[in-house]
Amino acid sequence: MSARTLAVVSAGLSVPSSTRLLADRLTAATVAALRERGDDPAVEVVELRDHARALADNLVTGFANESLRGSIEAVTDADGVIAVTPVFSASYSGLFKTFFDVLDKDALTGTPVLLGATAGTARHSLVIEHALRPLFGYLRAITVPTGVFAATEDWGGDGGVDRALASRIERAAGELADLVTGRPSTPPAEALEGPFGGTPSFESLLRGV
Amino acid sequence: MQFGVFSVSDITTDPTTGRTPGEAERIRAILAIALKAEEVGLDVFALGEHHNPPFFSSSPTTTLAYIAARTSRLQLSTATTLITTNDPVKIAEDYAMLQHLADGRVDLMLGRGNTGPVYPWFGQDIRNGIPLAIENYALLRRLWDEDVVDWSGQFRTPLQSFTSTPRPLDGVAPFVWHGSIRSPQIAEQAAYYGDGFFHNHIFWPPEHTQRMVEFYRRRFEHYGHGSADQAIVGLGGQVFMRKNSQDAVNEFRPYFDNAPVYGHGPSLEEFSRETPLTVGSPQQVIERTLGFRDYVGDYQRQLFLIDHAGLPLKTVLEQLDILGEEVVPVLRKEFAALKPAHVPDAPTHASRVAARGGAKDTTVHAAADDVTGQARDEATEEVQDR
Repeated sequence: MSARTLAVVSAGLSVPSSTRLLADRLTAATVAALRERGDDPAVEVVELRDHARALADNLVTGFANESLRGSIEAVTDADGVIAVTPVFSASYSGLFKTFFDVLDKDALTGTPVLLGATAGTARHSLVIEHALRPLFGYLRAITVPTGVFAATEDWGGDGGVDRALASRIERAAGELADLVTGRPSTPPAEALEGPFGGTPSFESLLRGV
Repeated sequence: MQFGVFSVSDITTDPTTGRTPGEAERIRAILAIALKAEEVGLDVFALGEHHNPPFFSSSPTTTLAYIAARTSRLQLSTATTLITTNDPVKIAEDYAMLQHLADGRVDLMLGRGNTGPVYPWFGQDIRNGIPLAIENYALLRRLWDEDVVDWSGQFRTPLQSFTSTPRPLDGVAPFVWHGSIRSPQIAEQAAYYGDGFFHNHIFWPPEHTQRMVEFYRRRFEHYGHGSADQAIVGLGGQVFMRKNSQDAVNEFRPYFDNAPVYGHGPSLEEFSRETPLTVGSPQQVIERTLGFRDYVGDYQRQLFLIDHAGLPLKTVLEQLDILGEEVVPVLRKEFAALKPAHVPDAPTHASRVAARGGAKDTTVHAAADDVTGQARDEATEEVQDR
């Protein structure tokens, strides 16, 4: 069994938050789907609220403090990412965007990402398509075809979660699991090449001029 | 090991008084700081180059030439000279001239500059930052090392039969450091030429510095300039000192909190923990600075930033007194005791001339008319063209 890793980024602000609730449901479903496919992933949850000041500091100083560094590495090194944001003013929240702003521009290249969003009403339900997908497209992540949006009303219904929402979660988790198991698990980058192992030699730098 | 100070030449409001010095006052202050650096026994004064407010230092060689004339021992350097947007021909000429005026007490640190609009102001594109640094330095090297240069490249008009004057003093060009915070290509460049590598070591956690220096050392050895621990490394650093540690913290805090680069972000305590910034007693600065060696190895040059963020001149001169009297003498002794014999000192003009087997006059004499400056055959051709 390979040791794949899932990183879960949740940008909810209240405790508990429906954003985290959705993130947890997506995580549980994805872990189950991966287990069905013979994988037993390690899960790292990144609560952005815990890094709110560190993220603002990172914008100012240009570097992440120690605790934020750990979360950035967890997301950068993950085999799959679940990213969930509340909808603020018709888009992802500023905190959510800030986290992806401070990641290295290549951190998520080729990484499968399952997108989720929460809002008070269903009127925001296309936010994943018009706001989140372009962001992750820019980051060259592979977004899962099914994005999961949950409005407050979706949390009613039988067993606490509306059946339609539950089935979207199942479908999205299955899609993420397929993408994650379809790619080789991420090797620890530095162990193979050493720091800056990918730097071109001076001769090739000079030729490139 | 060399110790000194470097200035970015910012003109910043003193947050404790609300007062902002004018350019004339700040320029005079920089001169006073440089002269004081020599007086208290420091080895190096390095000055930045910028082309936009709030900085005044657009013309470092002018400033350094003045300081050279007023000092006798101080090594003059830059932090940094923009290898991307300056014409390498002008760098070759200006710094060779400065080298003559300063009797060899000159080296320079090349950097790419981090102010986006400076590139278009000088007709360049910031996306070419690395290629500009590579090509321009390749030309600068040739202009100093070869008397007559034919050259063509991507970024500058070609040269035919060009001689950069004056020729480097005693036939030995100024030593070059390459500065970069995060670009391994620049560390690679420094290693390729066997030049020095300088890490700013102020704004980011020491792990970044460590990775860059390790990479530079490894590549220095790869290119056959010596063993990795013989590579020439310089570090920046930022300190503020008072006899009593808490006094230093209280006095520096408003400057830190409002500093242009990192102000209004992390607390002084957080930033001190995460970066090499040390605010405290002279003893704390000594201990922290000695600790730099643990992650970069034995190194050749330590420069401190002490005059930014609106600190008044009087305070800066007091900091220089503390550095000169209490900190640097101890650091000199301790670092020297730790350094193995095969690790070289920072190169100086004297050591570089000696390594080349002595001084030689490399003046390129051209037969020219002393009125028109034209060589005889040029003048003749011109007449024939008419």
